[in-house]
Amino acid sequence: MKTNVRRRALAALGTLVLTSSLFAGSSSAKKEAESAVVVHTSDAGTMRVEGEKRFHANCARCHAAPQKFPPRMMGTVLRHMRVRATITEEDRRLILFYMTQ
Amino acid sequence: MSLPADGHYLGDVSSGAGLKHNSDILLWGFAVSYLFRETVPARWRRTVLSVIVLLFFLSLPPWPTAQDKSDKPIPILTGNVGTFSFVTGGQNLIDTQINPVLLVPLGDRWLIESRAEFEGQFQRPPGGGPYGGPVNKHVDYAQVDYIANPYLTVTAGRFLTPFGIFNERLYPVWIRFLQPDPLILPIRTAPSDGAMFRGGFPVSARANMNYALYVSATSIGIGSVDAERHAGGRMGFFFPGPRLEVGGSWQKTLQDDRKNAFGFHASWQPTKLPMSLRSEYAHSFEGSGYWVEGAYRFSQVPFWQKAMRRTEFVARGQQFFVGAIGADAEGALGLPGANTREADFGVNYFLRDGMKGIFSYGRQFSPVGNFNQWSFGLAYRFLIPLGPTGASREAQ
Repeated sequence: MKTNVRRRALAALGTLVLTSSLFAGSSSAKKEAESAVVVHTSDAGTMRVEGEKRFHANCARCHAAPQKFPPRMMGTVLRHMRVRATITEEDRRLILFYMTQ
Repeated sequence: MSLPADGHYLGDVSSGAGLKHNSDILLWGFAVSYLFRETVPARWRRTVLSVIVLLFFLSLPPWPTAQDKSDKPIPILTGNVGTFSFVTGGQNLIDTQINPVLLVPLGDRWLIESRAEFEGQFQRPPGGGPYGGPVNKHVDYAQVDYIANPYLTVTAGRFLTPFGIFNERLYPVWIRFLQPDPLILPIRTAPSDGAMFRGGFPVSARANMNYALYVSATSIGIGSVDAERHAGGRMGFFFPGPRLEVGGSWQKTLQDDRKNAFGFHASWQPTKLPMSLRSEYAHSFEGSGYWVEGAYRFSQVPFWQKAMRRTEFVARGQQFFVGAIGADAEGALGLPGANTREADFGVNYFLRDGMKGIFSYGRQFSPVGNFNQWSFGLAYRFLIPLGPTGASREAQ
């Protein structure tokens, strides 16, 4: 009985440690992703072209093309659209870039 | 930088980085699953598993943020105003509405959003006299969104029920092709009060997936106050290349007979034509039906180009089949009381950004009687910043 309790306690501790380490691993992936994007987003021209493409593919599904608004307004609009229209994060970033140029 | 043909260079970063060490994750997965079985009593497994899954999603890496401080989003007040005249079977109805939408971003991940509707519907009384009628006021949604990671957004509060696509995406008067509502719109689309998980992310170089899963504790019925518990979801796949989206919705009531409802949706914008096609099908105990609509912008017409570029021809065909709840209940929900077919045609003219004049003609056929339906009016979308907007960002 005692052994069983000890075994369970040990296993519970192990679960906790393993789960935490799995979740903690995601923060290193975050840093990796952040450094990687700096390299990838260096070409503003390509991003603009790709942003326009994403804009026409995503936004035109529902409505006519709106005019461009200042960046701080577009940031809010696109956060709203990310939720409402479930556009992907990369689409949001590229469209925001295109719409604020 | 060379851009891959699929154009998903950021997708490689945002979705791929967190899953780089697949073998490690697999190993941890086996270990956690073994220890989970060993330690957690059977009756608690479902709860504990739900908590672990939730924690996992919440802890996924956020997307790369290199956002300039000057680009920090500000609160905005947006929405639309519309005034329309609907002549249905010879009876004129003046419909004037304003739908303000308040968007308040908080930090990098939060958004508070709300939309209200103020709608006046004015008619002449049967014996003649001045126009009069009710002004309806209600909150369509008031929700808090937490963007946990690229795959998951958690929403709580009152939200638009994601059943089909018209209710969530196409309802605003400045967006919709035709002002009369589709016949099946009231099916399972009353606002929900509860919580929702949703998101959209690339599943391959050629396809994005979007989903919404929700539980609602109460619901306000259209035209009456009613309480209901239900759960449901919607899933769709968007193919950016051909600009095609297909998906389906499902909802189950969690009381009484625990009835199911389901629907399908599709939309397509051909890349070589200034055209847009959309369709929805819905089936529930309240009734079933479908609509198909299309819009064609005359931007390729070789004459009067300035005007033609702003002109759009729209059409919709639809059908509704009554359910098992009786004509009175159908009417209370805003559904036709008999099997109905309808065809509508119209023209939209875009006067300026966010402002369009509309005109349409339709005819409805049903055993109750056939009649014509005309509509014309003006729809305008406004957007007002509630803070300093900043200057345009320079190219990086």
